[in-house]
Amino acid sequence: MAAAGSNAARRRVLGVSPALVIIVIFLVLPLGFVAVYSFLQKDPYGGVQAAFSTDAYVKFLFERSLTDELVFNPTYLTIFARSILIAAGATVICVLIGFPVAYYIALQEPRRQTLLVFLVTIPFWTNLLIRTYCWILILRDSGVVNSVLLSSGVISEPITLLYTPFAILLGLVYIYIPFMILPIYSSLARLDLRLVEAAHDLYANRRSALRHVVIPLAMPGILAGSVLVFIPSLGNFIAPELLGGGQKLMIGNLIQLQFSSARDWPFGAAAALILLAAVLIVLTFVARGSTRRAMQQGVG
Amino acid sequence: MSVDAAGAEQASAAARSARRNRFRVGHMAGFGGLSMAFFIYLYAPIAVLVLFSFNAGSSATVWQGFGLDWYARALANDGIQRAALNSVVVAVSATMVATLVATSAALALTRGGRFRAANTIQGFITLPLMIPEIVTAVATLTFFTAIGLKLGLGNVIVAHTVFCIPFAYLPIQARLRSMDPVLEQAAADLYANDWQTFRHATLPRLMPGIISGAMLSFIISLDDVIITLMVAPPGATTLPLYIYGMVRMGITPEVNAVSTMFFAVSVLMVSLSWMIGRLR
Repeated sequence: MAAAGSNAARRRVLGVSPALVIIVIFLVLPLGFVAVYSFLQKDPYGGVQAAFSTDAYVKFLFERSLTDELVFNPTYLTIFARSILIAAGATVICVLIGFPVAYYIALQEPRRQTLLVFLVTIPFWTNLLIRTYCWILILRDSGVVNSVLLSSGVISEPITLLYTPFAILLGLVYIYIPFMILPIYSSLARLDLRLVEAAHDLYANRRSALRHVVIPLAMPGILAGSVLVFIPSLGNFIAPELLGGGQKLMIGNLIQLQFSSARDWPFGAAAALILLAAVLIVLTFVARGSTRRAMQQGVG
Repeated sequence: MSVDAAGAEQASAAARSARRNRFRVGHMAGFGGLSMAFFIYLYAPIAVLVLFSFNAGSSATVWQGFGLDWYARALANDGIQRAALNSVVVAVSATMVATLVATSAALALTRGGRFRAANTIQGFITLPLMIPEIVTAVATLTFFTAIGLKLGLGNVIVAHTVFCIPFAYLPIQARLRSMDPVLEQAAADLYANDWQTFRHATLPRLMPGIISGAMLSFIISLDDVIITLMVAPPGATTLPLYIYGMVRMGITPEVNAVSTMFFAVSVLMVSLSWMIGRLR
């Protein structure tokens, strides 16, 4: 009996270990390397020199003046703040569009629901680069929007749409909105309309039924969707590069540049760790929020 | 117009407005319109891309008549052919390894009885989904450089295998959870050994999950730009990287044509995966 048990246990360990070993060696261990690299000295030809240094972290906040004093330098902090702002903006817009759409889909008859969900999923599985690229065709000076406006005489010269923060925001919302709709839909898919009916019986109008019944039920989906939109938006560097013209940098561009043309690996590693820390903080907050909600619901 | 006809018209108008005003539980005014607008927003950019890929002229965004010249040119482009081949080699290899280890892990975690560390292990397996892609990208690059791994396309395959594992794992695990273990228990009661039970009771019913997991991994690998961009050594350019290079050089109808073909392949794969996933 005991032998059979240990045999099963051995088989379980054997079953999970290949996947686990691959992820630990090629993801967890490399993250450790990044942490180590962030405390090394940069090599002017790329890579690092084996000497301890906190330069990378100092560089994030300060620069050396001509007299070799450390002066506060808000450049990188600004990039970080801008990234958080743009990613948060994209998340909020995704909630505002995603919730009504997910709710609408959840109210359709089952066959139509399946079809609409499938329509939301298709772009989600197609190439992120191509979906970003489509917006260049639409937004550029000789693009679709400007051609239409020019030929209809609404404007006399093209308006600049591409290479603006607006374009980055538009692109991020476009790319990630399926990540918002799908979780909200799945938390509303089995929505019991009798609950909404009960709200109406208790003299709620449509708006308060939505606010007090539907939105609380959709909340786990909204939270999950917000995480799924916010995190990749924060690290995305394709949209800022192609739609922002590479001028309005985001943290993803900053990191990518350090490992390519700027050749400052320790600084890139430090920036990557700071990004990772920001993401972990967000995830912890959301996890704590949903635990509290679950406990309240359990009590109430 | 007779009095009768006018009366009938009035009655039908009243019926129509009654139908419109009938109280529909849960219905919110404007949500339907917003959803229609949303679906247009979702597909209009793709429609623009497809339309301009058939442009005869040399402009990417000014319509100059229908033509297939840019498709011919894209298909004859050596760089595109090589990049597409690399993409397929990477996606097939990464998918095979990821699906194999993910199936094994899902079986161990869902069928092996209670597992004390199950949540932690599942956390590790889905870790690539939690970490921003750019961080994974620089971590992998740093690691490969530090240990001096120079396998060319092999480097890309290793990097892709890592992030394909959770995408293969999740559908397989979901399928396993929804499968009633009673059939497997019956097989064991009929003296089937573990292998026979797996081969004849578990695997056939698990197959839709495995196929849909494999297809998702394949697409995720085929589409990846961020990680590949950082990790790919010279000569290991994949199709998305090649397109990225083209877009940065300038926007031509050739980019539209190759992007449309790429898009069509993804849609085909997703549709197949969706249909297989719906099989009972």
